[in-house]
This record gives sequence, C-alpha cells and structure tokens, in this order.
Amino acid sequence: MDSATTSQVQLTVNGKPVTLELDTRTSLLDMLREHLGLTGTKKGCNQGACGACTVLVNNRSVNACLTLAAMCQGASVTTIEGISENGRLHPLQEAFIRHDAMQCGYCTPGQIMSGIACIQAGETYSAHAVREFMSGNLCRCGAYQNIVAAVLEVAEQAGGRR
Amino acid sequence: MSRLIGEPLPRVDAPLKVTGRATYAAEHRLPDLAHAVIISAAVGKGRILEIDSRRALGEPGVLAVISHLNTARLPYRPHKGWIDPTVGERLHVLQDDFVRHWGQPVAVVVAETLEQAEHASHLVGIRYEAEAPSFTVPDGESIEPQGGYPANYSRGDADQALATAEHRVDCTYLIPRENHNPIEPHATIAQWDGQRLTVWDKTQFPTNVAEELAAVFGLERANVHLICPFVGGAFGTSLRTWPHTTLAALAARHVGRPVKLVLTRKQMYFGTGYRPETWQRVRLGAHSTGELTALKHEGIAETSRYEHYIEGLLNAPRFMYSCPHVTTSYRLVPQDVHTPTYMRAPGAASGMFALECAMDELAHELRIDPVELRLRNEPKIDESRNVPFSSRSLVQCLRTGAERIRWHRRRAEPGALREGHWLVGLGVASATYHTLRNTASARVRLRPDGTAVIETAAADMGPGTYTSLTQIACDELGLPPEKVQVVIGDSNLPRVPPHGGSQTLSSVGSAVLAACLAARSARQERAHSGAIAGSEIVATETSQPGDATKRYSMHAFGAVFAEVMVDVDLGIVRLAHMVGVYAAGRIVNPRLAHSQAIGGMVGGVGMALLEETHIDRRDGRITNANLAEYLVPTNADIPVFDAVFLDEHDPHVNPLGVKGIGELSYVGVAAAIANAVFNATGKRIRDLPITLEKLL
Repeated sequence: MDSATTSQVQLTVNGKPVTLELDTRTSLLDMLREHLGLTGTKKGCNQGACGACTVLVNNRSVNACLTLAAMCQGASVTTIEGISENGRLHPLQEAFIRHDAMQCGYCTPGQIMSGIACIQAGETYSAHAVREFMSGNLCRCGAYQNIVAAVLEVAEQAGGRR
Repeated sequence: MSRLIGEPLPRVDAPLKVTGRATYAAEHRLPDLAHAVIISAAVGKGRILEIDSRRALGEPGVLAVISHLNTARLPYRPHKGWIDPTVGERLHVLQDDFVRHWGQPVAVVVAETLEQAEHASHLVGIRYEAEAPSFTVPDGESIEPQGGYPANYSRGDADQALATAEHRVDCTYLIPRENHNPIEPHATIAQWDGQRLTVWDKTQFPTNVAEELAAVFGLERANVHLICPFVGGAFGTSLRTWPHTTLAALAARHVGRPVKLVLTRKQMYFGTGYRPETWQRVRLGAHSTGELTALKHEGIAETSRYEHYIEGLLNAPRFMYSCPHVTTSYRLVPQDVHTPTYMRAPGAASGMFALECAMDELAHELRIDPVELRLRNEPKIDESRNVPFSSRSLVQCLRTGAERIRWHRRRAEPGALREGHWLVGLGVASATYHTLRNTASARVRLRPDGTAVIETAAADMGPGTYTSLTQIACDELGLPPEKVQVVIGDSNLPRVPPHGGSQTLSSVGSAVLAACLAARSARQERAHSGAIAGSEIVATETSQPGDATKRYSMHAFGAVFAEVMVDVDLGIVRLAHMVGVYAAGRIVNPRLAHSQAIGGMVGGVGMALLEETHIDRRDGRITNANLAEYLVPTNADIPVFDAVFLDEHDPHVNPLGVKGIGELSYVGVAAAIANAVFNATGKRIRDLPITLEKLL
C-alpha cells in the first residue's frame, strides 16, 4: 500500500449519531480515543489479548482494537462513557466501587463493559461461569475476586427484579 | 468526628475510574498533536550501516524520520535518580550507530496521524552489521556488584558448619526473566514552548522525569514540567525515565509540534526493564531437632553491559532465621540486554523463593512440619546487625495462617491427599520486605471555604495514595473526605521519594501528617491573634527519618499458605485456595489494603505458574513479547484468596506506624505454591514457572 484512503463512517456512539471521515486503517479503538476523545476505552495491547478496549457494538461485546471503524457503518456503539444515565452510575459501576473491583483503574472500563455483557448473556449462574466469561479481560493489579463479586451482585439484583 | 485512619473508606478516585474519566498519560488532548512511532533494532548487537527513509517520507502525512543521522547530539548531563543504577551510564538514545540490545530504539517516525506513522515505520529500510549477542547467565564471567547491596557477607564459618552438620540440603533454583506488563502501556506526550518542556508521561516518580529530561536536554530543571495524575499499573517499570520519554521530547522539538508517543506492547519488553533472570544455590545445615547451623546462599543475576542493576536478592537470608554461620554471595553477569529494573518485591521475591523452598526441603528431610521448622528458627534479634527488630510478628502470621487454611489436613507424606483425579497439596512460605522511609515534603492549603488541598509530588499506580492521604488529612484537619482534595502526579509539587519499594505511605504519609499539623497550628494561631480570616493558610513541611533505623531492624513480615490441586495424569496445577497473613504495622485502609494484598498474591501466582520471558539466544529477540504468549494470571486462574492483617503497633518505623504491603504480599507466594506442589506430587520443581511438562 502506497497511500492511505479514507472513507466516511456513519454510526451511533452512546446514542449520538456520528459522521467521520476516517483513514480506512483506523480501528474502532483509535476512532474512539483519537478522533472522538472518548478515552475511557483503553488501549492495553492492541492485539486482542487484554480486553481493556472492550465496548459494545450492537449490544455485543467486542475488542475495539481488533475492529476497524469502517466495519461499524450504521452500528450502535456503547462505551464506558455511555452507560450512566442522567449522571446516575450504572449498577455495575456502583458495584465496582462498593467491592473495590479495581486498583490502577486502567482495565476497569473494559471489565465493566465485559461484566455488562456477562450479565446480559446470563453467564452468571456461578462464580466459575463469571470467571470464565471475564477471562478475556486481564487485570494485572489482581482485582479478580472483587470483580467477580461485583458482577455476581448486580446479576442477582437484576434477577431479583425480573 | 470519628477517625478515618483504619476505616475502609471507598477509593476516592473510584468514580473517575469506573466512568472512564480518569485520564492516563496518553489521554491528554492537545491541538495540533502529531504521532510518533519508534522503530526498534532488529539485531541483538551490532552497528547500523544505513537508514533509508525515502519511502517513508514520501507517504502522506509523514513529518519526519529521526535517527542518529539527522538529530543533534544531546547534552546528556550526568544524572542519577534514586532509582538509577549506581554503576554505569544510561542508554543514550539516537546518539550513535551502535546497537546494544535487540529492540533498542534506532529511529522515530512522526506523522500527522497514528495510522500514517505506524505504516511509515514499516517502510524505513535499515541495514545492520550484526554480531552475535551473548547470553551467559549463570555460567558466564561474573562481576562483584558495587554500590549498594553487598557482594559478599558472612558471619561465623558457614563452610565449616556445613561440613559438620547433622543434616544438609543443597539445592539450586532458577527464576526466568519476568516483565511487569501493566495494562497501561508506557506513553508520553511532549510539548515545547521555547526552552520550556511539558510532558504527560507515565511515571511512578514525577520529579525524576523532569530532572532526567532537564539533564538529557541541558535545560533548567524549573523549565521542565511533568504531569501524570493517573498511572495504569506499573509495578516498578515506571520508576526510571526510559529512552522513549526522551524520544517523545526529541520528536516534538524536531517537528516543532506537540507529539504523542505510545509504546507497543511488544516494545515494552525491549526497553522498560524487567525482573532479572537469576540462578541461586542454597545450602542449609541443621541439627536433627531443626535448628539451623549453617546457611550459604549464592545468587547470580543478569544485567546489561552498560549498567549494573542490583537488588536485595540476598538480604532476607541474613536475618530471616536464627543461624550462627551464614554466608551470602551475589554476582552479576553482564549480557547484551537492556538494563533490568525493580519489579514488585525486587530481590525479595526471588531470594525468598529460593530460601523458602530450601526450608521446605529441609523440613521434609528432617520430618519436621514446615511451620514448626520456621517457629524453631525464629530469631530474637536481627543477627546480621545485632539490633532488635522494631517489630516482628512472623510467628503469629504462621500460626494464624495455619489455622485459617486448616493446615492440620496436611500430610507430611507427598501425594497422600487425593480428591478424585486431583492430588491435593498444602504449602507454606514466610514473607518479608524491608520498611523504607525517605525524606518527603507536602503542602497543605486551608481554604477560606473550609476545604483543604493536599499537594505533593507523589503518584498512585493503584494502591490508593489518593485515598490514604485523604484519610490522614481528614483526621488531622478534622474534615470529612468530601472537603479534602489530594493533588499528586506533578513535578512542580513538593518533592517525595519514588512511588515504589512500599514507601509511599511511610514517607509521603508522614509528610502530609506534618504539613497538616503545621496548618492546624497556623489556623489556631490566627484564631488566637484575631487576625482577619478569609485568606488561605498554606503550610509546607518536610518529614525525614530519624536515627531509628540505626537502632532497629525494620521489616514487615507475613506467611503465605497455598492449597493446590494437581491433575494426576496431566500435571495441570490449579490453585484451590491461598491465605496470606500479614503483619505490616498500622493498616490505614483495610478495604484497599485487602485489594493490594490479594493483588500481590495474584502476581505471585504468575511468578509461580505462568510467567517467563523467552529470549532467542541466537539473536536476542524476545519470542513471546505479547500478552497472548507471555502468560499472566487471568480471572479463571484465581479463586477467592484470603488476606488477613494482624494488629501490629510499631512506634519506631514512622509517625504513622505503617510498613507497606505492596511488595510484601508478592513475596513467598511462589515458594508456598512450589512447596504445595511438592506436597501434592512429591516432585520438586526448582525452576520457575511450574508448568505441566515439568510435572509429567
């Protein structure tokens, strides 16, 4: 490839329509961080191995680093910045604070997005199931057991309301 | 108001972290920002013959290809931060055509966008004259390290005592190189304004970044400003200011625009330090009743050819147990690598792995319970210095841990406990880490509106500096947490030691305490004098350790108990449970301390079972420089751990009575797991990590 080409990408990010003229090589992750200033989604390895960049695309969790922005034409993307409503934290964000499910905080947005996907997928019938589901999200500080406790607690609350 | 110290206050910065609003080094937004990508050397040693930038420069958006061919010689004034090796000189980047290690930065591409810079970096043609690098740990020519930890130590006559000992063990332990691998990559944004330089850089040592850049570029220290409010994990890798920070500043100056430079995950294995590979031989002599009569501990570690990285590998063996005849010897083997650095529990994690495994081997040899063996060798004083411990609660840690893991289930005979397809084993190890404290300063501003601001050049890589300093200030100023703001991560704030070595709370906490006391008395004075209220009260204090370190030996202690299950046929090791019991002085925040302790234990699991940096010895390439092949513990690897803190009051260590737990909780874990694996299988794995092929 000698020179870059650009393409227009239209999508919805956290409920807002967005139109961008992007280098076709731009990943969804770099689109969020570098073009939209949504730096809550983190770049940890840029190889799909750490999960720090987890976002929801059409309500499914994906590694934003392995997704080209151009693949998201017409898609609805939800990031960590889009899960609070009217300044009220998402129940899983509150649970993460309660259980101190973080230390440095860098993997935390990705953990929360995966946690939301885990609860939506119903993979919360046991601690073991949560641990398996959440194993794509590395936490080098080692907050795993607190993360599992937070996800299980929110899953139970959600189940109780049903 | 109730006191906050000792209370489980939720992490004060947690709302920022769970909403993505905590901003890390690469996340500061600047207009006109250009992107830089490093080109890493593709030979392990040699010279650069040619750099052909024509294709790269022809790409749209590419602003520059910077190498030794087109950049000025930098002043590189002498500068040694607290964390730089005493012997040797830091790597001078892009200053000549020599390649000293695989992956050394040899050029930087700067472009309008990240995509353009990354693509162009692949179009730069570099020809090398390659030589064969050498990797000879442990057998290569070794040197006696200077400038800190002693190369040789002895009391009594260990050789003679070993020769006449009733029982002996003699074992060799290998620990591979390990990389810190925080999830946040190293990143720097650099911006020049004439001779003034501002950097947003990932660091555990804010003032040192400014000092190092001032030295490298020949600037006034006051003209360099570092900003780093959040650190996405570091574990030691962000203590030193590495060459990429210089490169970001160099690139920004070269193109006359602010530049962002983020290391790739792969590049983090080539230039930001690591725990050195070590070889250790431990010989123990003992009476049949268990009392140690001799201890001889030798260690050899890798370092680079341009710096001698040293750590306290053999500190603990000199005071851990009572023993009349002790010899330690520590050597370095320089190799064609970049310089190792402090990684969580530097020295102690490696040295205590060997010592605590050897103690387990001795217990087995003597048919004495491993907990009991340690109790029988409990010293009354630090026998290496002939001074008392300021406090030492190892015995209570061992007893409490044994109870909590139900140690009585353990059978002395390996392989005796079995659950279906799994062999079950229990193992124990002691832990220790020295209690550091260094001179630190802090400033307190009491505002007219009744709020307070605490300012200090500390950092928070995850343990909770923001929260614990808030608690200290609240108690001293009589304010609720919502009225206290802690500002850290800025080189213009009062100077403190590096955020490492478990010394932040002992050093910075003491300074905040002192500054709060000064602010409070200023407030009282003002009230008494009837002066007009309404202006801010500012108090800056410096707190330094007294001579208590001369009179006391200061260390935190702990005991780690692991329960493992090993698949009978496949050799898979699973952790069933782990208990860590710690005596670390006062615990300022039990909630955050628990997180830090279980985190240290998780790190130790990585050391025990997973982590190993592979070097292709033909050319020096690291073959698993990514998070898919360099394995770290995942959620599925980790059950619920039990971390317990004993009540311990130590009036000597520092005004707060804290000892630090960040390093302590990492120590002993690998040994406890290795000892549990032996108890399960009868196999001694003396080279980490304990992978299944070693158990088959």
